[in-house]
Amino acid sequence: MSFVSIRNLRVAFDGVQVLHGIDLDIGHGEAVGLVGESGCGKSVTWLAALGLLPGKAKIEGSVTIEGQELIGAPRTGIEAVRGARIAMIFQDPSSSLNPVHRVGRQICESLRLHRGLRGDTARTEAIRLLDMVGIPSARTRIDLYPHEFSGGQCQRVLIAMALAGEPDLLVADEPTTALDATIQAQILDLLSNLRRQTGMAMVFISHDLGAVSTVCDRAAVMYAGRIVEENDIGRLFVVPRHPYTRGLFDAIPELDAGRARLHPIPGTVPDPRQLPQGCAFSPRCTAASRFCKEHQPDLRAQPQGGLLACFHPDQVRAETKQEVFA
Amino acid sequence: MNAILQAKGLVQQYTTAKSFFGKASTVRAVDGVDLTAKQGEVLGIVGESGSGKSTLGRMLLGLETPFQGELRYLGQPMPAPHSPEWRKLRAQMQLIFQDPLAALDRRLTIAAQIAEPLEIHGLAADSELDRRVAGLIERVGLRPDQAGRYPHELSGGQRQRVVIARALASNPRFLVCDEPVSALDVSIQAQVVNLLRDLQEGEGLSMVFISHDLKVVRNICDRVAVMYLGRIVEEAPSDQIFSDPRHPYTQALVSSVPKAGTGLRGRIILQGEPPNPAARPSGCAFHPRCRIAAPACAAQVPALEYNDGRLAACLKLQPKLRPAA
Repeated sequence: MSFVSIRNLRVAFDGVQVLHGIDLDIGHGEAVGLVGESGCGKSVTWLAALGLLPGKAKIEGSVTIEGQELIGAPRTGIEAVRGARIAMIFQDPSSSLNPVHRVGRQICESLRLHRGLRGDTARTEAIRLLDMVGIPSARTRIDLYPHEFSGGQCQRVLIAMALAGEPDLLVADEPTTALDATIQAQILDLLSNLRRQTGMAMVFISHDLGAVSTVCDRAAVMYAGRIVEENDIGRLFVVPRHPYTRGLFDAIPELDAGRARLHPIPGTVPDPRQLPQGCAFSPRCTAASRFCKEHQPDLRAQPQGGLLACFHPDQVRAETKQEVFA
Repeated sequence: MNAILQAKGLVQQYTTAKSFFGKASTVRAVDGVDLTAKQGEVLGIVGESGSGKSTLGRMLLGLETPFQGELRYLGQPMPAPHSPEWRKLRAQMQLIFQDPLAALDRRLTIAAQIAEPLEIHGLAADSELDRRVAGLIERVGLRPDQAGRYPHELSGGQRQRVVIARALASNPRFLVCDEPVSALDVSIQAQVVNLLRDLQEGEGLSMVFISHDLKVVRNICDRVAVMYLGRIVEEAPSDQIFSDPRHPYTQALVSSVPKAGTGLRGRIILQGEPPNPAARPSGCAFHPRCRIAAPACAAQVPALEYNDGRLAACLKLQPKLRPAA
């Protein structure tokens, strides 16, 4: 049985529908990537699941954690899950920390709330957590303020705070986007090591396909509030089938490729207030037919594995097919 | 190829505000950079935040007066800022910023903003103005009916196109692009990169492309300089530097780019954080994080020298220290 299961999750802000029914399962200890451009609903999915959206958001559907419903659950019910079972870290580490409290105090607060640790026990545990996320000389640095840490170290502190509740699932929302390239590599390395050590599941939200492929087992590609393709990392990256997934790969230059022209996806992401009829990607899609402009494709399981929502998917080429399924 | 811009020993330092008890300290953002931008070439400058890339870019344009060092544009020294000669040069040198919304005036239509450089430099007669603006709008791939729009009515990629059109209005010869695509989504990023490439190739523009995104730099640049803490540590043609990086920092940087499907295997994970420019390590600034640092690296600042046909600043690469192969 899956650990967290999202069924037909729909979110609307002021009458504008931004999520159009998300179905997603996260198994125990599994790392799942959520990929897509800004505004496609990657973060909203998890903010809605954890009850972190503002009151004006209209949330429908179901999110269950081991059978326990979260949508519409009383505040105490959600608070028992948030932080303790599912923890979340965000893109900008320095704005997620309280600048006027020492980092040790902030980690201890989380330890007190979720594990009931106090005083010296909490402090020892906070030092152990800081050590675990790779903060050098944690014993002395526990009493520093967030501004005394660099961006990468602030992200480590946040990860330590998230780990304080010993969560079963860590939702990392663009955790490396604001960081420098070499620091990004360190954080990705840290996250996959921690997952190995603790056995927790992870949801990695990112627009960086490369980063997702390095830490995840499976990934879902989102477009305009829907999942359009979902597959194992290996298959998704070798044989992307949805034209949008394909387009995303083609648009990214390769470091070891030459200086060939890039192949951008024409047009822009649609405005959620004026979504096109039918498939939301059809106005930008080269394979779109009239049928695509009138009907919305469902996300269906594919005979080759994975899920796909497209009437005219990319055909799996014979040679790559052999490579993958050999 | 002739040099369009030559920098020698450029240094920029800033004085930090006095702290409560201590005295003001100076931070060297750029610490002795020699760089030549050649005509019709795209020169990439890569590095992490705080490495001094943007400061260098602003100095190359003459927007900041270097603390030390000399800058020559087409063989002539850069005139003093705000002098009439300097103002004249503005038409030939333009800057494209990272955040297009911040670079545009929210209260002016895009046509008015694109027309501004033409009016300021007196490059178009009133009767011709509309035609020139329409031409620029078309050249950057915007629709003619968007001329009367305001920046907030456009998407991020379209706004960056407006910034590019405005920069091209005065027919510049030298363009500095400071992280021009970093704020854009992947699919839009490729559109803008292609546009910049087309314009550069079509006009034979000289361009300095500042970015932390190595994949985009690889695609657009002819030559690449890697900066670390205000100094250039390696400089080579783009075809060589990414396939065969020599400086240990460049190696780590290239290896840090996630590759689809390879996982974390074989990646060089640097220890430690990028150092604080206010507390620069002795000797080679990279030595505290370097995998192959020797005691000598902490004592001596390596010079940027030719090693096997390319410029690199590393003591370990110098022949006398390299083990006999």
